[in-house]
Amino acid sequence: MKSFDWARNEVLVFGVIVAFCVLAAVSDPNFLSIPTLIDLMRNGIVLGILAVAAMVVLVSGGIDVSFTAVAAFAMYTTTVILRDVAPDLPWPVAFAVATAIGAALGAINGVLIAVFGLPTLIVTLGTLSVFRGFLLTFVGTVQISNLPSGMRDFSRLMMIRGTNSDGSFYSLPWAFAFLVALVILTWFILNRTMLGRSIYAIGGAPESARRIGIDVTKTQMFIYIYVGALAGLAGIIHASTARIANPFDLVGLELSVIAAVVLGGARLTGGVGTLTGTLLGVALIVLVRNSLIVIGIPSTWQSVTIGALILLGTGLPAWQAKRAEARAA
Amino acid sequence: MSRILHSTEGRLALITIVVFVLMAALSPERFLSPQNLTSMAFQFPEFAILALAVAVAMLTGGIDLSVVGAANLSAVVAALFMANVVGADGGAGMVALAFVMALCVGLVAGLFNGVLVATLGLPPILATLGSGLIFTGFAIAMTGGSAVMGLPSAAAWIGNGTILWIPVPLVVFALLAAALGWLMSRTSFGLKTRMFGANPLAARYAAMDTGAVLIKLYALCGMLSAVAGFIVMSRANSAKADYGSSYLLLAVLIAVLGGVNPYGGYGRIIGVVLAVLSMQFLSSGLNLLGVTNFAREMIWGALLIAVMLINTLAKRRTS
Repeated sequence: MKSFDWARNEVLVFGVIVAFCVLAAVSDPNFLSIPTLIDLMRNGIVLGILAVAAMVVLVSGGIDVSFTAVAAFAMYTTTVILRDVAPDLPWPVAFAVATAIGAALGAINGVLIAVFGLPTLIVTLGTLSVFRGFLLTFVGTVQISNLPSGMRDFSRLMMIRGTNSDGSFYSLPWAFAFLVALVILTWFILNRTMLGRSIYAIGGAPESARRIGIDVTKTQMFIYIYVGALAGLAGIIHASTARIANPFDLVGLELSVIAAVVLGGARLTGGVGTLTGTLLGVALIVLVRNSLIVIGIPSTWQSVTIGALILLGTGLPAWQAKRAEARAA
Repeated sequence: MSRILHSTEGRLALITIVVFVLMAALSPERFLSPQNLTSMAFQFPEFAILALAVAVAMLTGGIDLSVVGAANLSAVVAALFMANVVGADGGAGMVALAFVMALCVGLVAGLFNGVLVATLGLPPILATLGSGLIFTGFAIAMTGGSAVMGLPSAAAWIGNGTILWIPVPLVVFALLAAALGWLMSRTSFGLKTRMFGANPLAARYAAMDTGAVLIKLYALCGMLSAVAGFIVMSRANSAKADYGSSYLLLAVLIAVLGGVNPYGGYGRIIGVVLAVLSMQFLSSGLNLLGVTNFAREMIWGALLIAVMLINTLAKRRTS
């Protein structure tokens, strides 16, 4: 039986979330309510899917900053294709197209990283601007508010609806089910398949992974295609639920997403990371982005808060590791 | 000839010349016009100095993603001082004082990064990602997110003035590049930096005080960022928390393009200078040809990947 480790990131982040909620409830008793919770869940859908994708890459020892550009590209291009070619197709087709486009773009990252062995940060910084530049140069720069009917149908699918005491409505779209399903799928891949164990193994030590017979190239190809596919899906969900396809959306979010994942305990050096931690990290980032004002911190301090949380969340384990190393030496 | 092509800097010099000649050939009367040449000389130093900072951090195998945040924070502090304390009729002495303040802010920002990386042992990407958000966040909190205006006219000289017809930003960049080139290739500090980048463990076993080297190095990055921030402020005649947000990618791109090994241990300042020049020629030339900003972003990204590919394939063939 492993002893319970209080300094694990998951525990720390959970503690911060609880503290945040207690403070918020003290200053505004209305904070602890179903509408607030549903609001946070709705705001966490796209961020959550992207974070799951980013986590898989971090676990494998890489880093991907291009996934927001992939999401924007897949989302906008799919909308344009549907609008111009077949505006009446149902939403699952739109989702499939976006996922396929995302996977194709992810494969480009995969080839550069897995086949040519280029550093992941540099490759994805490059493809970030290539995908975005291509989208804005050749596909379009005008936002589309008149979405194809399939995407509009999807935006009306609600899991939960309710009315606040002041008469306004709150609702949780079915898109949330996608987040849940993708978390389960990713959990299954990471923890119940050889592929998932290979991803952890590569992140832990690529050379050892190779020597025990893991095909590093194939595994890396899978990772970047999977991340691209998830990003494409996140993109189309974003456009469908926001009821607008804006090619300038999403890009710029990548560092917040990576911040959420890192807060949840995934290590940049690879091999370490859990879905629980990632989702807690997402919850914390969403709380800070939406409700900082409730605990009396002006929203202009949002960046400082997220930055400080990242340093705290990565600093503590790093410092502990360093101390342990010094003690061992 | 083949010796030139075998070194990264040699290939880069060739690329720079090819880009220049190509752009000059495509629109000779405009690309080679004195106006275009001067405007290029005013444009590139701000992001070129940021690229120097990123390159220096990369030499150690680290990276500094906080350069733009540190630059804006320094500029905002200097601008708030000039706008609120000095006033619009302040003289050169006050501007110099503001410049020193900016440098101090950059120094503190850099020391903060250095402590995070060297003392607390955070990975440089995360340390500077977090600190960059904090620097930007402080700049937002201080200004409420709007631009600081009302700077004294003397402050415009650093960004827009000339010394003997040479733009001041270019002079500043040339001096900094020369000084850094000397520091990195001719001093024990430079040698230690590259040694640490090549093999941190070996550097420590060689009795090198790696912590001190790293802290000094990140402090240097912070101060370089402050200089860049001051130039941006002077050129824009205002300071804002989110100026130059696209410069981060550009700075990393230039450092890598300049042959600095992102894993550390190898890189020369002359390479960074050549990369800056080729990027600026390409960017201005494309601009004159009517290519949009978005297409330019795409070309930059493609160029970054192409250069990485060529460098990797060239290395594979020789080994």
